[in-house]
Amino acid sequence: MDLMLTLQLAIGELFSPLTAAYILCAIGLSVHFGFTGLLNFGQAAFAAVGAYGMAIGVLTLKLPLLGAMGFALLCVVAFALFLGIPTLRLRADYLAIVTIAAAEVFRYLMSTSGFAEVTGGSNGLSQFGYEFYTWNPVPKAEYNLGLFTWTEEQVWLRLVAFSAVAVSAILVSLMMKSPWGRVLKGIREDEDAVRSLGKNVFFYKLQSLIIGGLFAGLGGIVFVISMSNVQPSTWVTTFTFMIWTVLLLGGAATILGPIAGGMLFFVLLTLTNELLAGLVAIGWLPFLDQPQVAQIRFILIGLALMLLVIFRPQGIFGNKKELRFNG
Amino acid sequence: MANDIAVGKGEPGCKKIDPILVADNVTRQFGGLTAVNVEHLEIPRGKITALIGPNGAGKTTLFNLLTGFDKPNTGAWSFEGKNLAGVSSYKVARRGMIRTFQLTKSLSAMTVIENMRLGAQKQRGENFFSSLFRFLWKGEEALITQTADDLLKRFKLNEKREDYAGSLSGGQRKLLEMARALMGKPTLIMLDEPMAGVNPALTQSLLEHIKGLKANGTTVLFVEHNMHMVRHISDWVIVMAEGRVVAEGEPSVVMKDQAVIDAYLGAHHDTDLGTMKKGK
Repeated sequence: MDLMLTLQLAIGELFSPLTAAYILCAIGLSVHFGFTGLLNFGQAAFAAVGAYGMAIGVLTLKLPLLGAMGFALLCVVAFALFLGIPTLRLRADYLAIVTIAAAEVFRYLMSTSGFAEVTGGSNGLSQFGYEFYTWNPVPKAEYNLGLFTWTEEQVWLRLVAFSAVAVSAILVSLMMKSPWGRVLKGIREDEDAVRSLGKNVFFYKLQSLIIGGLFAGLGGIVFVISMSNVQPSTWVTTFTFMIWTVLLLGGAATILGPIAGGMLFFVLLTLTNELLAGLVAIGWLPFLDQPQVAQIRFILIGLALMLLVIFRPQGIFGNKKELRFNG
Repeated sequence: MANDIAVGKGEPGCKKIDPILVADNVTRQFGGLTAVNVEHLEIPRGKITALIGPNGAGKTTLFNLLTGFDKPNTGAWSFEGKNLAGVSSYKVARRGMIRTFQLTKSLSAMTVIENMRLGAQKQRGENFFSSLFRFLWKGEEALITQTADDLLKRFKLNEKREDYAGSLSGGQRKLLEMARALMGKPTLIMLDEPMAGVNPALTQSLLEHIKGLKANGTTVLFVEHNMHMVRHISDWVIVMAEGRVVAEGEPSVVMKDQAVIDAYLGAHHDTDLGTMKKGK
């Protein structure tokens, strides 16, 4: 077992563009759940709509990449309206059911062979992201940063991904410190009370669903640009639950929570994976074999999520008085 | 007896000289049960009106119907001459008719001052696009905070300003909810059992405050079981039983009405239990 390599892999996760993508999705979920109290169990679908919107924008609609990103975000808004208008007047639980179902419906629609010309079917889509690297201002070189050596493309991708995270966190912070954010928090506590004070609760919930969805859409875009392909199998419910874990780990109603939660989550995921694999390799865990290790870590994540919700519902950064997991 | 509220004698559904809220034929059925069946009701402007009646008389249901929190089977009503039936609850509040709830709805995970600020209407910073630019709503926020602090002081909640509303006692939550409703500058405030759970030492100041609202031109309609309060501050009393308005009139007259005594007050209602007049 190479401890140095394990550590290097784990720390690499801190700066991985995929980590940034999950963090963006979790920031969106913090707007939904943490600040507004909307139970969205289909965050994967918002990310998927963003990802497919961009890929289809480039490949089918022949838009320039930036235009395709705009198109993707418009698709996210449309998706949020489609989900929100019928359900947000109902009790919170209905949104949970509808979002989880809609996420699955969307994933199957993308993987069915019927629309394969546009969506790529189960093969997904690729070769839509070239333009991204033509914007790269980082001079061509190998960048040696001690632990890692990155190419200029890797540096550029990380710069963009984490700038998106920083800008999103600042935006959410501005929103939540404003009277607008106060209305959302009021809705989280008691919708009827907020209604009795003359606020259009339905409209605020719709705005929250759209805005949180847009951050997830952005997360989806970052995800597929860094993978340079989009696969329907990415957007499974596990994706959504990983976002939930990231969010609850850091603290649902906090600004820094999703960021710290995301980084911690992926470092731990990699560490447990590598350590378990290493221990299996040297024969310390005779009851496990290598393929099982990849599964075991998700069992551990499930366990961690349960313990977290029971013993530290406010997350790492959360204020216990302000938010309990009471959805 | 002189009467500056009703046209003619006080009787169920009587016409008022200057009504602010007029309801006609409002009914609400839950399955086979008729919870509310009000043929005609007028609430006088600028007065304090008490709505009393035994449990299950339909007082709260009527509140819910009038404020858009529940939908009636039939009925129409107007507020300040404009139709209000079928209007969503938040629009009712925007029109100046603000209610509180019998089971208090303080927003527990928000501080007392944030609860208060939320009560202010037509805030610029509540628009999503302007929320991102603090300079657009900073001034307004300072004014709102000033109003909120004044109200908190009057309701003796100023020491709790930064506490979470969830940490307040039941009575304090009642006060907070009433103060929060006042942040919206209502023309008609509808209080559902404002005295329930409020410490007797505070009752007197709260009564004075409600009278002060009247002095400022606010119309008050409240549901209450505390007869001391009803007698002490109300100008007009409406009695409901089994969904209907069974009596109306000035407090001194209504409380002597045999039908009211039978339905609600009981034979010994006038006997001083010794606690009521203490602290006066």
